[in-house]
Amino acid sequence: MSMVFGVPLAVLSGQLMIGIINGAFYALLSLGLAVIFGLLKIINFAHGAMYMLGALVTVVLFDLLSVNYWVALFVAPVLVGAFGLLIEYFLLRRIAGQDHIYSLLLTFGAALIIQGVLTNIYGVSGLRYSMPDMFKGGINLGFMFLPYYRAWVIVVALLVCFGTWFIIEKTKLGSYLRAGTEDSQLMQGFGINAPLLVSLTYGFGVMLAAFAGVLAAPIYSITPVMGSNILIVVFAVVVIGGMGSIGGAIITGILMGVIEGLTKTFYPPASSAVIFLVMVVVLMIRPTGLFGKEA
Amino acid sequence: MSHGPDKEYEQLRVSGLHAFYGESHILHGIDMVVHRGELVTLLGRNGAGRTTTLKAIMNMVGRRTGSIMINGEETMSCAPHHIARLGVGYCPEHRGIFSSLNVQENLTLPPVVRSGGMSLEEIYTMFPNLYERRFSQGTKLSGGEQQMLAMARILRTGANMLLLDEITEGLAPVIVETLGEVLVALKKKGLTIVLAEQNFHFAASLADRHYVLEYGQIVEEINSHELSSKRTLLDHYLCV
Repeated sequence: MSMVFGVPLAVLSGQLMIGIINGAFYALLSLGLAVIFGLLKIINFAHGAMYMLGALVTVVLFDLLSVNYWVALFVAPVLVGAFGLLIEYFLLRRIAGQDHIYSLLLTFGAALIIQGVLTNIYGVSGLRYSMPDMFKGGINLGFMFLPYYRAWVIVVALLVCFGTWFIIEKTKLGSYLRAGTEDSQLMQGFGINAPLLVSLTYGFGVMLAAFAGVLAAPIYSITPVMGSNILIVVFAVVVIGGMGSIGGAIITGILMGVIEGLTKTFYPPASSAVIFLVMVVVLMIRPTGLFGKEA
Repeated sequence: MSHGPDKEYEQLRVSGLHAFYGESHILHGIDMVVHRGELVTLLGRNGAGRTTTLKAIMNMVGRRTGSIMINGEETMSCAPHHIARLGVGYCPEHRGIFSSLNVQENLTLPPVVRSGGMSLEEIYTMFPNLYERRFSQGTKLSGGEQQMLAMARILRTGANMLLLDEITEGLAPVIVETLGEVLVALKKKGLTIVLAEQNFHFAASLADRHYVLEYGQIVEEINSHELSSKRTLLDHYLCV
């Protein structure tokens, strides 16, 4: 069997695959955080909870109404996104313009409440969601085995990331978003309904998180705390990429997943710390992050 | 179509307007009227309340009391985007060019609020520099070009009342001259213009009337034909 730096190729490519999968989730989540931070200037600590809700709603819809995976992929983000709109309208809007710390505490509190209530109902042992039949199995690429579902996750996550980037950077709607990020009051002075744009942006960011949650449902253990576990890493990814940078969030997300995977292969004890190590180094060299604009 | 101001039609009537930023009370009862097709300036020293008056009309200050009628409609309870949709084009003092948008994106950002706005071609004919640099980042333009862009941006929307805040500030004389020509052309088109201005010489040759502000109040209203007789008074209010 071929070896790379003393590691079997199959092991290396397997870990690399897991790294890219994790990176795809990091990218989807940090993308939503970056979009929300850009326009609302809030650090959405409820983002992990929204990801968890996406996965949980998928399971519950299946158990109660036998809603299949494909429908859930669409319906769960819409439901969770609508829930996000309510949070924005009834909570976040009231503290708009206040110091960051308020929105941070508010979203953190909201996340804890959502998580606590659902832990009461579902416990923390983890729910199961069986993979759709068409994704069972995989393909042998010669040097590694690629499960169909993982390939699907990578492809669809990249498509969604690219689509979001395209909308924001290349379309009229995106120019509203970019301009609103710089000066939403002036935008409103031009006749654009900025408060509505803010609500929809929050709802869209939340939908991205919930979408990631649906994708995660068949492969990760679904518990009410799954969001808070991944959120800390995602925050590190956002900081490394540069707050508010859309492309930066996507690239950094995937990159960090890969770095994590490689570390798992070559020096497993450091694998859970490596992202934070990268964060420290990046912040020392470029305080605004890899893709952040100079302040 | 070229016509003088329509004295019958009050495009803007501000009465007893007070405005506050937090605890500070900035405007102390502004009363002013602008007729359709008029070019009216707000003169005064720094801090007299010119910028705040324009922002208050746009509902962009903290708290306001009093009355602001646009086309006869009370707007005190309107959100800024509704005010813009009444046909008001606002050009802020800091110009508000978006750095994440290129020139053309900046130009086409404000939605069209009324019919009869200038087309992109007409705007590029009026401001050829902007055409040449239409794919440059908005904030990479020179100060003068950015000011042209900030003006051009609200001409496309069809707004028929322009609130222009300090458009000549920090610009070279030749650019100021061009801006003056633009204002004359806009006035000829029948647009109503409220111009907050520190450069009296620029304002004097263009305006129909002047309001002089001091300490958040209007202390003098001067018609253009009274300028020479009231020169000493003006100097008293404007000179530092």
